Amino acid sequence: MRAGDEGQAALEGHEQGAHLATLPPDDPRLQPFAKHPGRAEKVVVACFLAALACFMAFGAAYWVNAREEVLGGTIGAGLFFFGFGFTAWGKYLMARGPFMEERHVLHSDDAARDAFDAALVERGAAAIGRRSLLTRLLAAAGGVAGVVAAFPLIRSLGPLPKGSLFHTQWRKGSLVVTIDGRPVTVDDLEIGGVLTVFPAGAEGSAISQTLLVRLADTPIVTGPGKETWGPQGYVAYSKVCTHAGCPVGLFEHQVEKLLCPCHQSLFDIAPRPTGTTYYAAEPVFGPAPRPLPQLALRVDAKGRLRAQHDYDQPIGPGFWERTTT
Amino acid sequence: MVSRATGWLDDRVGLSKGGRTMLDKIFPDHWSFMLGEIALYSFVVLLVTGVFLTLYFDPSTKEVIYHGAYLPLRGQKVSAAYASTVDLSFSVRFGLVMRQAHHWAADVFVGAIAVHMARIFFTGAFRKPRELNWAIGVTLLTLAIVNGFIGYSLPDDLISGTGLRIAFSILLSIPLVGTYLAFFLFGGNFPGNGVIIPRLFIVHVLILPAIIAALIGAHLFLLVRQKHTQFPGPGRTERNVVGSPLWPNFFFKTNGFLLMTFGVLVGMGALFQINPIWQFGQYAPYKVSYAVQPDWYMGWLDGALRIFPSWEFTALGHTVPLEVTIPAIILPGLTFALFYAWPFLEARFTGDYAVHHLLDRPRDRPLRTGVGAGVFAFYGVLFAASSTDVLANYFSVSLNVVLWSFRILIFVVPVIVGLVAHQICIDLAHRQAGGKRKRAYIVERSPEGEYSTHVSAPRPGDGVEELEPELVPTHVAADPAGGGAGGHAAASDRRRRGGSEEPQRPTED
Repeated sequence: MRAGDEGQAALEGHEQGAHLATLPPDDPRLQPFAKHPGRAEKVVVACFLAALACFMAFGAAYWVNAREEVLGGTIGAGLFFFGFGFTAWGKYLMARGPFMEERHVLHSDDAARDAFDAALVERGAAAIGRRSLLTRLLAAAGGVAGVVAAFPLIRSLGPLPKGSLFHTQWRKGSLVVTIDGRPVTVDDLEIGGVLTVFPAGAEGSAISQTLLVRLADTPIVTGPGKETWGPQGYVAYSKVCTHAGCPVGLFEHQVEKLLCPCHQSLFDIAPRPTGTTYYAAEPVFGPAPRPLPQLALRVDAKGRLRAQHDYDQPIGPGFWERTTT
Repeated sequence: MVSRATGWLDDRVGLSKGGRTMLDKIFPDHWSFMLGEIALYSFVVLLVTGVFLTLYFDPSTKEVIYHGAYLPLRGQKVSAAYASTVDLSFSVRFGLVMRQAHHWAADVFVGAIAVHMARIFFTGAFRKPRELNWAIGVTLLTLAIVNGFIGYSLPDDLISGTGLRIAFSILLSIPLVGTYLAFFLFGGNFPGNGVIIPRLFIVHVLILPAIIAALIGAHLFLLVRQKHTQFPGPGRTERNVVGSPLWPNFFFKTNGFLLMTFGVLVGMGALFQINPIWQFGQYAPYKVSYAVQPDWYMGWLDGALRIFPSWEFTALGHTVPLEVTIPAIILPGLTFALFYAWPFLEARFTGDYAVHHLLDRPRDRPLRTGVGAGVFAFYGVLFAASSTDVLANYFSVSLNVVLWSFRILIFVVPVIVGLVAHQICIDLAHRQAGGKRKRAYIVERSPEGEYSTHVSAPRPGDGVEELEPELVPTHVAADPAGGGAGGHAAASDRRRRGGSEEPQRPTED
């Protein structure tokens, strides 16, 4: 390699000196702008002066408790000018080459590699290999230590899931209440009205949150066995999306569909085109795989809404232990 | 004075020999080498602003009554995490700038890593001997994305809580162990028993930053050990590096760049609002807002979750929610596995196991460039898909149309982009003098009325790149212009000349 050899020669010839060559301003090895060092220096001076002014302005602005935009703007601009001047100094007021350095070969020669391998393997084998009992015990103790260390590191973090994904706080006869704990009566919603409700005592619960919609003033039937679940036009569906668990927060009134704003799953609760029944929040669009579970409602003697029982299936997104239903 | 200090150090740690080599280290001048510096300096900004934030942030979901400076929130019950974030934004002087600069720096950090990685990829800088550094870089990208997500999950506002709810569901979707993982991490069924934010906080401010800092150290160590790659050019070979020396040229340029990065990010923090949590409100599990979108680097995952079909798989009494598992677990897993494996896949495919220090021009490797462009397009489409609702609104079309468009585009666009990129590379490679700076053709009319065409003269700067590099330049002592031993840096000479533009010979002291 021609350049390399010359480089070596240059290195040997000039070991002592280490300063960069001074180039005349018309040298092509300078940045074009550096051909006018006076001008370049003025730019750097201007940058540093601007930075100084900005930093002083920041100090003053902080002192008088100025707005955040002023504080951040002054120090941000100051840092920028400071850096710009710094960089311009390095770029335009220093001889820029192009310079070069030699690469050294990364890998070692074969003898060195062999020596390393020999030291690692043979010396190790000689010292360790003979003591097979010790080696096995070492591995056993280390392995068991690794396993038991996982107990506090992982198992202590939280409780086992047990059945908690299969149940909510809705119980037989739970009062349907608003976030403020106020019981919901049959007169509370107009047709087309919608309300987020909870079982009494679990207001704000992430898993028990339920969307109450009034679709009519006659009972809503969504399928066989659910003839009594929708009294006086009220239906209640779990508000936890069966896709990724976001609250199904939007009711599209005119088409009678529920929309999850996270990933746009759409659940149909409108009347079926034939017959007298309604859709049971089946997903008609988007990534959700299952209908929103329906909460069976009833109206008590005082006209308050109550749950007949907990949801008949796990609410929310799918998980491994969920049985096929 | 200086030599006394360096001598003192050299007596004790042997600084001078290695230090001299370090000062002479050459950094290539090409602009694309700056992209990694943006990432590095964004990380510095993240550390500085982040430490400031920890002094005020209270990582607790304990309920408090807000009494701070933000009037609309006064008297409301909020979590301590949320209240302290609002407080450090409004009651701590310079706090809002620090918080917003921190958030912007995180977005820029991930972006700079991605662009830096694209430069490495398209120029083949990952080839032997740099596969390890590529792997470290991919790990850094992963950790940056994860820590970014954790970071904006901390303030307990509506966006962060919704993100955590989705994260919980994603953990649930992992077959066999998912339920346990989710319960252990959150300390129970969502939203857990109030442990998730303190836990994520310690991961965000201690564990991941420490790992990232260590990996950056390893990244830079390997960079120094293996030296930089460089583009081919006059005098540039596989056995040298051409550019500017660390001291003083690169030192000045890069420290200036650190300050500029800092300035821009602080300026953004001051002038551009980001993550105004007081507008989103305190997180409550039953609340959600319209157009929920994560930070940009999570967009591809969100988009994948939106457009993947509802393929829940049930068998033998078990459920695998593939509509979550595939886009949120398998897709990122495959993505990063592909990134890690690429240097080895390419070497195997091309049979090229040689050491490379000279970079490829992307056009000279049509296949790699085509594949890379296609992969980029794939994630670009996923990113765009995270705005299905916004796009449907903006273009006044139904969500259905937008969703199905994306389900088709995700297959079509990457193929087309890949093929087009491949073809462009082939066409460019066959062009004469491809890639040189274009020179204008000048058409002239002579007094006789004849027209003639000629190429304009080269512009200043066109010739600079063509120069032969000086040989081991930082060792050059005998300056032909007359510097001599014990001379001065060019800058000081010029300054003494008082800005004169006349070429002058520096004088001896």
